[in-house]
Amino acid sequence: MKKPVERIPVQKTYKLYIGGAFPRTESGRFYKVEDGRGKLLANMCQASRKDFRNAVVAARKAFSDWAGRSAYNRGQILYRVAEILETRRDQFVAELKSQGLPITAARGEVDQSIEQLVYYAGWADKYQQVFSTVNPVSSSHFNFSILEPTGVVGILAPATPSLLGIVATMAPVVCGGNSCVVLASETKPLCSITLAEVLETSDFPAGVVNILTGTRSELLEQFATHMDINAIVYCGDDAAELRVVQEGASLNVKRVVHCTDTVAADPYRILEAQEVKTTWHPIGA
Amino acid sequence: MAKKKKPTLNFATDWSYAPAPESTDHVTIENRYDLFIGGKFVPPSKGNYFNTINPATEKRLSSVAEAEKTDVNRAVKAARTAYDKYWSKLTATERGKYIFRIARVLQERAREFAVIESLDGGKPIRESRDIDVPLAAAHFFYYAGWADKLEYAFPGRTAEPVGVAGQVIPWNFPLLMAAWKIAPALAAGNTVVLKPAETTPLTALKLAELLRDIDLPPGVVNIVTGAGNTGAALVNHPGIDKIAFTGSTAVGKIIQKAVAGTDKKYTLELGGKAANIVFEDAAIDQAVEGIVNGIFFNQGHVCCAGSRLFVQESIHDELIDRLKDRMETLIVGDPLDKNTDIGAINSKMQLKRINAYLKIGTAEGAELYQSACAVPEKGYWCRPTLFLNASQSHRIVQEEIFGPVLAVQTFRTVDEAISKANNTPFGLSAGVWSDKGAKVFKVSNQMRAGVVWANTFNKFDPSSPFGGYKESGVGREGGVHGLLPYVRLT
Repeated sequence: MKKPVERIPVQKTYKLYIGGAFPRTESGRFYKVEDGRGKLLANMCQASRKDFRNAVVAARKAFSDWAGRSAYNRGQILYRVAEILETRRDQFVAELKSQGLPITAARGEVDQSIEQLVYYAGWADKYQQVFSTVNPVSSSHFNFSILEPTGVVGILAPATPSLLGIVATMAPVVCGGNSCVVLASETKPLCSITLAEVLETSDFPAGVVNILTGTRSELLEQFATHMDINAIVYCGDDAAELRVVQEGASLNVKRVVHCTDTVAADPYRILEAQEVKTTWHPIGA
Repeated sequence: MAKKKKPTLNFATDWSYAPAPESTDHVTIENRYDLFIGGKFVPPSKGNYFNTINPATEKRLSSVAEAEKTDVNRAVKAARTAYDKYWSKLTATERGKYIFRIARVLQERAREFAVIESLDGGKPIRESRDIDVPLAAAHFFYYAGWADKLEYAFPGRTAEPVGVAGQVIPWNFPLLMAAWKIAPALAAGNTVVLKPAETTPLTALKLAELLRDIDLPPGVVNIVTGAGNTGAALVNHPGIDKIAFTGSTAVGKIIQKAVAGTDKKYTLELGGKAANIVFEDAAIDQAVEGIVNGIFFNQGHVCCAGSRLFVQESIHDELIDRLKDRMETLIVGDPLDKNTDIGAINSKMQLKRINAYLKIGTAEGAELYQSACAVPEKGYWCRPTLFLNASQSHRIVQEEIFGPVLAVQTFRTVDEAISKANNTPFGLSAGVWSDKGAKVFKVSNQMRAGVVWANTFNKFDPSSPFGGYKESGVGREGGVHGLLPYVRLT
């Protein structure tokens, strides 16, 4: 006979992250995530098209406030994410491990995620200086080109690495003042929602980052064709999927980023979801 | 006290100018033009030619080869061979020297190019002479200098050329768009196949002659003429590594869809519906000039034209009065006349499209106003046009007309102006008029558009990046940012 345990652990319900809240999917659907030995880890929300559309609405609503924040403020908030992720390091390592990653690899992934957040926190008030220009036009005008965020960005995060893949794609996007809707790794989704808890306690305004769990095959085309998404980051190497994204993007001339290296950190990542705006001011009295 | 009487001016009698046409004596236009492939003019495979006409007289200027798929194939092969065997092996400094040569010879032959541009496209000689041709030469000169300095353009990265660029350009600035496309492509080390628009191929073919004359290695730039089918063959050719397109948003979307599933890089410079916002604290006469320049420059055939005017309610009546007066002084007519302000509409098809919008605008309830100027009998013409009392939902407000037609709306607050201005799927350009510096910075900052003109409009420079937000396109042309689409960063 089984011995009675001293304490029954309280299990976490993994929900979606939309507009700074944690709703269940409106569809009531779920899918099971199991560990390597077939033991149930969690019932994940299987986000619907409606959840996705709600997330885009939340991202659009958050966009102008976030884009208008000072670069210093955006950098500090990203740094705050790193701080909180650091304090919850063990939890993320345990989640990654439960989903089949060896402990050293899990630690490495969490550490790298923290490093990248610190890295982009530092870029927030520097990429403008690196990539903006003052243009020596021939006429009597003061002419300059600065970067502005593209808008709402859809991110199809890679299957693995499931945590670092989100951080490495989301951090440069929000560092540059965009808001985003992320579809997490379908098979290893636990860290995505736990990351949402970190984001929610990091002074991120509601809706800047929205995270969905669910089936990529179901939501891929929705991401690609939504008329209020301005750019889409596709992680993966499935030619058919990429084609769906690229074709759908043409409906409203979305910028398409095919991210093939989900672990590299680089300021050109920020540039991928930026628009160059050039302003002319006459010089005269 | 007696009310001050408004001075009147009879524009038909008090405002006439003697004709001052630019001569065409020094200009040679061949009776027929072949395709420029591998450094030589070669006949098209099927032997088909089409006419290009002068839209101001409807008279034929020349016949131009229609490139078939096989011709496009030949051109792409020539570009690939030139890239592999020569251009990619040339030192960057020497590459730059070729581009400098293009700029200098274009300046030498500026008058010839300007006259042909006005003959073939209908734009006033004042514009082709003072804007199109000098800017095209300046563009080559600017990018020539970048060729051996690419390591300074992309900090932390190495720039490699993409390969063969396929470029499709529109009819509104034929030579200038060729320069915008070819100059950065060559500077970054690519070779080119360019397709000019079917109604305005002549200056591109003249440019081909120039490239041959300056000994640009064969195949580095190939020019294939034709209509949509030729463009499609170029865009869909598997040997093309990068596509640069300037044209309508509708075609841009087709291209973006067509390249899905390929590794082709692309830049799209598409349509616009720019807001030109005039606040009550603006210098009104300057604003009127800016409005006129914004919408009537090049017959309004400008993707960044200021085609939506937003006037603060308090100054609406005064501003519209002054604008109407100014419009009466605009001279519509012979593009070669140095006094002409508004030339010919580029083609019969475009005139039909503009006229259709004039009907739509009226039917939707906006109030049509056109200047009373005389227009020639032959040729394609459209008087400068206003639509007053337009509203956001009107098609003349939402859709790009690409003609001298301005939709006028009013606003009360800064926030209202910003939200109305941004309420469009386009995002190419915008104009802001106010003498209050802080307001100008705030509003220009809020415009979701790639180019913002504050207290000016329709200014261009090779060092100044140009391109759209949202459905107005992807990527930038001009400046250091204009190099990015033509390189792979490692």
